[in-house]
Amino acid sequence: MRSIAIMKRVLKELLRDKRTLALMFVAPVIILLLMSFIFNSNSSTNVDVATVDLPTSLNSNIGSTKHVDVHKYSTKKSAKKALKDEKVDAIIQKKGNNYDLTYANTDSTKTAAVKQVFSASLTKTNVSTMKNQLVTTTTALAKLTGQTAPSASSNVSTPKIHNHYVYGDKDTGFFDKILPVLMGFFVFFFVFLISGMALLKERTSGTLDRLLATPVKRSEIVYGYMLSYGILAIVQTIIIVLTTVWLLGIEVKGNIISVIFINLILSLVALAFGILLSTFAKSEFQMMQFIPIVVIPQVFFSGIIPLDSMAHWVSDISYIIPIKYSGDAVSAIIMQGTGILSLWPDILVLLGILLVLTFLNVVGLKRYRKV
Amino acid sequence: MQTSIINLQHLVKKFGKQTVLKDVNMNVLSGEIVGLIGPSGAGKSTVIKTTLGMEVVDGGSATVFGETMPNRNLLANIGYMAQTDALYDALSGRENLAFYGQMKGLSPSELKREIKHVAQVVDLTKDLDKRVSGYSGGMMRRLSLSIALLGNPRLLILDEPTVGIDPALRRQIWAELGKIHNEGRSILITTHVMDEAELCDRVALLLDGQVMAFNQPDVLKMQYNVDSIEDVFLKAEGVQ
Repeated sequence: MRSIAIMKRVLKELLRDKRTLALMFVAPVIILLLMSFIFNSNSSTNVDVATVDLPTSLNSNIGSTKHVDVHKYSTKKSAKKALKDEKVDAIIQKKGNNYDLTYANTDSTKTAAVKQVFSASLTKTNVSTMKNQLVTTTTALAKLTGQTAPSASSNVSTPKIHNHYVYGDKDTGFFDKILPVLMGFFVFFFVFLISGMALLKERTSGTLDRLLATPVKRSEIVYGYMLSYGILAIVQTIIIVLTTVWLLGIEVKGNIISVIFINLILSLVALAFGILLSTFAKSEFQMMQFIPIVVIPQVFFSGIIPLDSMAHWVSDISYIIPIKYSGDAVSAIIMQGTGILSLWPDILVLLGILLVLTFLNVVGLKRYRKV
Repeated sequence: MQTSIINLQHLVKKFGKQTVLKDVNMNVLSGEIVGLIGPSGAGKSTVIKTTLGMEVVDGGSATVFGETMPNRNLLANIGYMAQTDALYDALSGRENLAFYGQMKGLSPSELKREIKHVAQVVDLTKDLDKRVSGYSGGMMRRLSLSIALLGNPRLLILDEPTVGIDPALRRQIWAELGKIHNEGRSILITTHVMDEAELCDRVALLLDGQVMAFNQPDVLKMQYNVDSIEDVFLKAEGVQ
């Protein structure tokens, strides 16, 4: 009963704090929109392609594609200079039977566009070549009963394509990839900060002492906070999910309810974390100091940056990072449509962290009242 | 007037290496106002926190209503008012009262009656639905006092209830305390203001973690051979 009363009070206070509400609900939407503009802005971008020694048919096929301009260069050297001077975005060169593609890759969408255009054009050219050869072959077949067939197929044997990147690699464009992690990050960051601040304020204003001078149980205070911030996190997650789905047009393959569920657990972890750390802070400013120490490393080990390339002892840190688990789970739901039941290891770890932190909080409140 | 509501015996409290309370002996009888005076840093707030069970004694014993503190359930019978107002600014006066009332475990019908009653006592009835952030300092103090009065507790523990308020309001609060006193309830109050000490039934002088003197104001004045509690205080401090 008391937990419900505490929940109602916390929610009432928050609802009257319009700025904090805006921070929780509007800020993530704005940041997500901005990020999507920045990462995916020019999807109908114009690309300039330098071609060296390309067959005329292929050249004209590439050039006939919308938003693509072809510049012919006689040598690779002059093409490279143009690439360096940012006159072109990619170089396509034919070396023997194979193709060498070099991308500036400063804009991942341009790289993707060139790749797509090239492979489409190549297929188109091959098909017409094959068509021609088929005609030749069929006429020859009539005469020589099939002996020319192998030589014909060796002629159109698929050319190898070598991709080269001036900057980064093929995974550089990753807004879609980081989105699930980002979602969790917003939930974690705002709940952590606001709940931590709220409990800190209770402590510094003396309301916590007064609260503890009533027969309320320590656990009831923690549960009351969990209930209120849990509700808040659900609303926040719904807003973020709707933003990503409706405004950014990102496909969610799995169940949206599952996404909300995972983020709810994460928010409770963030809440417990915020409450725990607020006991080590003497002022709001000291609470802010936890951001670079506690929140930023969450981003590094959350899976936004690939962990496989790190030293083992460094990447092992990710095992204690809650956002890693929620990010993995939400990624699986959004991208692969994984059901929530098969994500039980991630959920179990999150619940484990939550349980430990909650226990520590209930015990930690003993600092202010001994029973 | 016989039973001991609060009984502190040889209370010792240490924070780290610092011993804040060395040997505190005092009691509050039923229906009595006991004033706890002493310079800042003497350990007044520590005595109060120990009595409430927020701190555990390192030596001696603290009992309230005959039970050893800390004891969570006993807190329902104690009205506590801290040095700070400890109010939720974003909520109205009524919402603050309702919240603390719920924490004290009042039923909804009791709550309604109690809020009405305590608001009348501190004269806040018509401002009850305003947000606390719009209250004046005196109104906040009165609201804070009314929260302590919720649920008709048998014991009131007030930590500097009149600090930083104007004389008219101070007199008003003391008038209230007088009424509570007449109802036979007990009050433990800390104060800096010496003429308030004269209004108490008994006064405990806390100095350097020890109770230097504990008696009726008139007796103390006679003992120290001075005219006012303020002089008693100064003399006791001088003795140290």
